[in-house]
Amino acid sequence: MTAGVDLGHPQAQAIQSDEDVVRVRQLVRAVAVAVKLSLVDQTKVVTAASELARNTLVYGGGGSVEVTTVDNGRRMGVRIVFADSGPGIADLDLAFTDGYTTGGGLGLGLSGARRLVDEFEIETSAEAGTRITVTKWSR
Amino acid sequence: MERVPILKIGDILLVSIQLDMSDQTAVQLQDDLAERIVATGCHGVIIDITALDIVDSFVGRMLSTIASISKVLDAETVVVGMRPAVAITLVELGLSLNGIRTALNVERGMELIAAARADELEYQLDDDPDAETAIP
Repeated sequence: MTAGVDLGHPQAQAIQSDEDVVRVRQLVRAVAVAVKLSLVDQTKVVTAASELARNTLVYGGGGSVEVTTVDNGRRMGVRIVFADSGPGIADLDLAFTDGYTTGGGLGLGLSGARRLVDEFEIETSAEAGTRITVTKWSR
Repeated sequence: MERVPILKIGDILLVSIQLDMSDQTAVQLQDDLAERIVATGCHGVIIDITALDIVDSFVGRMLSTIASISKVLDAETVVVGMRPAVAITLVELGLSLNGIRTALNVERGMELIAAARADELEYQLDDDPDAETAIP
Protein backbone atom coordinates (compact mmCIF):
# COMPACT_ATOMS: atom_id res chain seq x y z
CA MET A 1 0.00 0.00 0.00
CA THR A 2 2.86 2.38 0.72
CA ALA A 3 4.80 1.41 -2.37
CA GLY A 4 6.30 4.42 -4.07
CA VAL A 5 6.04 6.70 -1.02
CA ASP A 6 9.38 7.66 0.40
CA LEU A 7 8.47 8.79 3.90
CA GLY A 8 11.84 10.38 4.52
CA HIS A 9 11.55 13.00 1.80
CA PRO A 10 8.94 15.54 0.79
CA GLN A 11 6.89 14.53 -2.23
CA ALA A 12 6.40 17.31 -4.75
CA GLN A 13 3.76 17.59 -7.42
CA ALA A 14 3.06 20.37 -9.89
CA ILE A 15 -0.54 21.60 -10.19
CA GLN A 16 -1.06 22.74 -13.76
CA SER A 17 -4.08 20.74 -14.93
CA ASP A 18 -7.20 18.80 -13.89
CA GLU A 19 -5.18 15.58 -14.00
CA ASP A 20 -2.64 17.06 -11.57
CA VAL A 21 -5.44 17.61 -9.05
CA VAL A 22 -6.19 13.88 -9.32
CA ARG A 23 -2.47 13.13 -8.79
CA VAL A 24 -2.39 15.35 -5.68
CA ARG A 25 -5.31 13.36 -4.22
CA GLN A 26 -3.52 10.09 -4.90
CA LEU A 27 -0.25 11.32 -3.43
CA VAL A 28 -1.91 12.65 -0.26
CA ARG A 29 -3.88 9.40 0.09
CA ALA A 30 -0.68 7.33 -0.14
CA VAL A 31 1.09 9.39 2.51
CA ALA A 32 -2.00 9.44 4.78
CA VAL A 33 -2.14 5.63 4.58
CA ALA A 34 1.59 5.42 5.30
CA VAL A 35 1.29 7.45 8.52
CA LYS A 36 -1.66 5.28 9.54
CA LEU A 37 -4.42 7.87 9.57
CA SER A 38 -7.86 6.34 10.18
CA LEU A 39 -10.08 5.85 7.15
CA VAL A 40 -12.23 8.86 8.09
CA ASP A 41 -9.16 11.06 8.61
CA GLN A 42 -7.66 9.87 5.30
CA THR A 43 -10.91 10.80 3.59
CA LYS A 44 -10.98 14.22 5.26
CA VAL A 45 -7.39 15.15 4.42
CA VAL A 46 -7.68 13.91 0.82
CA THR A 47 -10.90 15.91 0.38
CA ALA A 48 -9.27 19.03 1.85
CA ALA A 49 -6.26 18.53 -0.46
CA SER A 50 -8.58 18.20 -3.45
CA GLU A 51 -10.30 21.51 -2.63
CA LEU A 52 -7.02 23.35 -2.06
CA ALA A 53 -5.34 21.88 -5.15
CA ARG A 54 -8.29 23.02 -7.26
CA ASN A 55 -8.04 26.52 -5.72
CA THR A 56 -4.33 26.59 -6.57
CA LEU A 57 -5.20 25.73 -10.17
CA VAL A 58 -8.30 27.90 -10.65
CA TYR A 59 -7.51 30.99 -8.54
CA GLY A 60 -3.73 30.81 -8.30
CA GLY A 61 -3.25 30.05 -11.99
CA GLY A 62 -1.39 26.85 -11.15
CA GLY A 63 1.37 26.13 -8.67
CA SER A 64 2.79 23.24 -6.75
CA VAL A 65 2.22 21.06 -3.75
CA GLU A 66 4.62 19.42 -1.32
CA VAL A 67 3.56 16.56 0.94
CA THR A 68 5.63 15.54 3.96
CA THR A 69 5.19 13.33 6.96
CA VAL A 70 5.49 14.94 10.38
CA ASP A 71 6.16 13.40 13.77
CA ASN A 72 5.80 15.27 17.07
CA GLY A 73 7.09 12.36 19.15
CA ARG A 74 3.60 11.16 20.05
CA ARG A 75 1.77 11.19 16.77
CA MET A 76 2.45 10.99 13.08
CA GLY A 77 0.78 13.22 10.58
CA VAL A 78 0.73 14.49 7.05
CA ARG A 79 1.60 18.08 6.15
CA ILE A 80 0.73 19.57 2.78
CA VAL A 81 1.94 22.90 1.43
CA PHE A 82 0.14 24.47 -1.55
CA ALA A 83 1.94 27.36 -3.23
CA ASP A 84 1.03 29.55 -6.16
CA SER A 85 2.23 32.89 -7.46
CA GLY A 86 -1.23 34.11 -8.37
CA PRO A 87 -2.92 37.39 -7.40
CA GLY A 88 -3.33 36.47 -3.70
CA ILE A 89 -6.55 36.70 -1.71
CA ALA A 90 -7.67 40.29 -1.15
CA ASP A 91 -10.11 39.73 1.71
CA LEU A 92 -9.33 36.64 3.79
CA ASP A 93 -12.36 36.97 6.09
CA LEU A 94 -14.64 37.01 3.08
CA ALA A 95 -12.78 34.14 1.42
CA PHE A 96 -13.37 31.99 4.51
CA THR A 97 -17.11 32.68 4.51
CA ASP A 98 -19.18 29.62 3.58
CA GLY A 99 -20.83 30.20 0.25
CA TYR A 100 -18.62 33.09 -0.87
CA THR A 101 -17.01 32.55 -4.25
CA THR A 102 -15.47 34.64 -7.01
CA GLY A 103 -15.11 31.69 -9.34
CA GLY A 104 -18.60 30.27 -9.75
CA GLY A 105 -18.04 27.35 -7.38
CA LEU A 106 -19.96 26.55 -4.22
CA GLY A 107 -17.75 28.70 -2.02
CA LEU A 108 -16.93 25.81 0.28
CA GLY A 109 -13.37 25.00 -0.77
CA LEU A 110 -11.37 27.18 1.60
CA SER A 111 -13.73 27.20 4.57
CA GLY A 112 -14.55 23.49 4.17
CA ALA A 113 -10.90 22.48 3.84
CA ARG A 114 -10.06 24.34 7.05
CA ARG A 115 -12.72 22.37 8.93
CA LEU A 116 -11.36 19.05 7.63
CA VAL A 117 -7.78 19.43 8.90
CA ASP A 118 -6.17 19.94 12.33
CA GLU A 119 -3.90 22.87 11.47
CA PHE A 120 -4.35 25.47 8.76
CA GLU A 121 -2.03 28.37 7.95
CA ILE A 122 -2.33 30.83 5.12
CA GLU A 123 0.04 33.49 3.84
CA THR A 124 -1.17 35.58 0.95
CA SER A 125 -0.18 38.76 -0.81
CA ALA A 126 -0.57 40.30 -4.23
CA GLU A 127 3.21 40.15 -4.73
CA ALA A 128 4.10 36.67 -3.47
CA GLY A 129 0.91 34.76 -4.21
CA THR A 130 -0.71 32.34 -1.80
CA ARG A 131 0.83 29.66 0.38
CA ILE A 132 -1.40 27.37 2.43
CA THR A 133 -0.05 24.80 4.89
CA VAL A 134 -2.35 22.15 6.36
CA THR A 135 -1.62 19.33 8.79
CA LYS A 136 -3.65 16.31 9.78
CA TRP A 137 -2.50 14.22 12.77
CA SER A 138 -3.22 10.58 13.47
CA ARG A 139 -5.46 10.02 16.49
CA MET B 1 -9.60 12.27 -20.91
CA GLU B 2 -11.34 9.23 -19.46
CA ARG B 3 -15.08 8.81 -19.75
CA VAL B 4 -17.55 7.22 -17.36
CA PRO B 5 -19.75 4.60 -19.09
CA ILE B 6 -23.54 4.85 -18.86
CA LEU B 7 -25.52 1.59 -18.95
CA LYS B 8 -29.22 1.29 -19.79
CA ILE B 9 -31.19 -1.28 -17.78
CA GLY B 10 -34.90 -1.21 -18.66
CA ASP B 11 -36.17 2.25 -17.82
CA ILE B 12 -33.08 3.18 -15.84
CA LEU B 13 -29.67 4.59 -16.70
CA LEU B 14 -26.97 3.20 -14.43
CA VAL B 15 -23.69 4.99 -13.90
CA SER B 16 -21.08 3.33 -11.74
CA ILE B 17 -18.16 5.67 -11.19
CA GLN B 18 -15.08 3.47 -10.97
CA LEU B 19 -12.28 5.99 -11.39
CA ASP B 20 -10.88 9.03 -9.63
CA MET B 21 -12.51 11.59 -11.93
CA SER B 22 -10.82 14.75 -13.08
CA ASP B 23 -13.12 17.79 -13.05
CA GLN B 24 -13.34 17.61 -16.83
CA THR B 25 -14.47 13.96 -16.70
CA ALA B 26 -17.16 14.93 -14.18
CA VAL B 27 -18.50 17.70 -16.43
CA GLN B 28 -18.44 15.33 -19.41
CA LEU B 29 -20.50 12.80 -17.44
CA GLN B 30 -23.07 15.52 -16.72
CA ASP B 31 -23.38 16.29 -20.45
CA ASP B 32 -23.40 12.61 -21.51
CA LEU B 33 -26.17 11.80 -19.03
CA ALA B 34 -28.42 14.62 -20.26
CA GLU B 35 -27.97 13.35 -23.84
CA ARG B 36 -28.73 9.76 -22.87
CA ILE B 37 -31.83 10.66 -20.84
CA VAL B 38 -33.31 12.40 -23.87
CA ALA B 39 -32.13 9.75 -26.36
CA THR B 40 -33.50 6.80 -24.35
CA GLY B 41 -36.51 8.40 -22.63
CA CYS B 42 -35.46 6.72 -19.39
CA HIS B 43 -37.20 7.93 -16.24
CA GLY B 44 -34.55 7.02 -13.72
CA VAL B 45 -30.84 7.60 -13.20
CA ILE B 46 -28.81 5.69 -10.62
CA ILE B 47 -25.33 6.94 -9.83
CA ASP B 48 -23.31 4.37 -7.93
CA ILE B 49 -20.46 5.98 -5.97
CA THR B 50 -19.42 2.85 -4.04
CA ALA B 51 -15.93 3.05 -5.55
CA LEU B 52 -15.41 6.77 -4.81
CA ASP B 53 -13.17 7.31 -1.82
CA ILE B 54 -13.87 11.02 -1.71
CA VAL B 55 -16.61 13.39 -2.84
CA ASP B 56 -15.35 16.97 -2.83
CA SER B 57 -17.34 20.14 -3.53
CA PHE B 58 -16.87 19.81 -7.29
CA VAL B 59 -18.21 16.26 -7.52
CA GLY B 60 -20.93 17.17 -5.00
CA ARG B 61 -22.03 20.03 -7.20
CA MET B 62 -21.95 17.75 -10.24
CA LEU B 63 -24.29 15.29 -8.47
CA SER B 64 -26.70 18.12 -7.58
CA THR B 65 -26.61 19.46 -11.13
CA ILE B 66 -27.27 16.02 -12.63
CA ALA B 67 -30.26 15.63 -10.30
CA SER B 68 -31.63 19.02 -11.40
CA ILE B 69 -31.05 18.40 -15.10
CA SER B 70 -32.66 14.97 -15.00
CA LYS B 71 -35.67 16.36 -13.11
CA VAL B 72 -36.23 18.88 -15.90
CA LEU B 73 -35.96 15.99 -18.37
CA ASP B 74 -38.57 13.95 -16.44
CA ALA B 75 -36.15 11.53 -14.81
CA GLU B 76 -35.48 10.82 -11.14
CA THR B 77 -31.87 10.61 -9.90
CA VAL B 78 -30.75 8.47 -6.98
CA VAL B 79 -27.17 8.42 -5.69
CA VAL B 80 -26.29 5.07 -4.13
CA GLY B 81 -23.41 3.45 -2.29
CA MET B 82 -21.91 6.38 -0.42
CA ARG B 83 -19.20 5.22 1.97
CA PRO B 84 -19.61 6.17 5.66
CA ALA B 85 -16.30 8.10 5.71
CA VAL B 86 -17.43 10.04 2.62
CA ALA B 87 -20.75 10.94 4.26
CA ILE B 88 -18.97 12.16 7.42
CA THR B 89 -16.54 14.25 5.38
CA LEU B 90 -19.28 15.75 3.17
CA VAL B 91 -21.20 16.99 6.19
CA GLU B 92 -18.08 18.54 7.72
CA LEU B 93 -17.18 20.13 4.39
CA GLY B 94 -20.59 21.81 4.50
CA LEU B 95 -22.08 20.19 1.42
CA SER B 96 -25.77 19.42 1.72
CA LEU B 97 -26.34 17.70 -1.65
CA ASN B 98 -29.56 19.62 -2.18
CA GLY B 99 -32.27 17.88 -4.13
CA ILE B 100 -30.42 14.57 -4.28
CA ARG B 101 -32.16 11.36 -3.36
CA THR B 102 -29.90 8.72 -1.88
CA ALA B 103 -30.22 5.00 -1.24
CA LEU B 104 -27.84 2.51 0.33
CA ASN B 105 -27.40 0.33 -2.75
CA VAL B 106 -28.43 -0.08 -6.39
CA GLU B 107 -31.32 -2.41 -5.55
CA ARG B 108 -32.90 0.08 -3.14
CA GLY B 109 -32.23 2.86 -5.62
CA MET B 110 -34.22 0.97 -8.26
CA GLU B 111 -37.09 0.47 -5.79
CA LEU B 112 -37.06 4.18 -4.99
CA ILE B 113 -37.27 5.13 -8.67
CA ALA B 114 -40.05 2.60 -9.33
CA ALA B 115 -42.04 3.96 -6.36
CA ALA B 116 -41.54 7.58 -7.41
CA ARG B 117 -42.63 6.71 -10.95
CA ALA B 118 -45.74 4.86 -9.72
CA ASP B 119 -46.73 7.84 -7.57
CA GLU B 120 -46.31 10.18 -10.48
CA LEU B 121 -48.40 8.03 -12.85
CA GLU B 122 -51.14 7.75 -10.26
CA TYR B 123 -51.11 11.49 -9.79
CA GLN B 124 -51.39 12.05 -13.54
CA LEU B 125 -54.32 9.62 -13.75
CA ASP B 126 -56.14 11.35 -10.90
CA ASP B 127 -55.50 14.66 -12.51
CA ASP B 128 -56.98 13.74 -15.88
CA PRO B 129 -59.10 10.58 -15.97
CA ASP B 130 -59.33 10.67 -19.78
CA ALA B 131 -55.57 10.77 -20.33
CA GLU B 132 -54.79 7.54 -22.10
CA THR B 133 -51.17 8.51 -22.63
CA ALA B 134 -50.50 8.48 -18.91
CA ILE B 135 -50.65 4.68 -18.91
CA PRO B 136 -47.34 3.24 -20.10
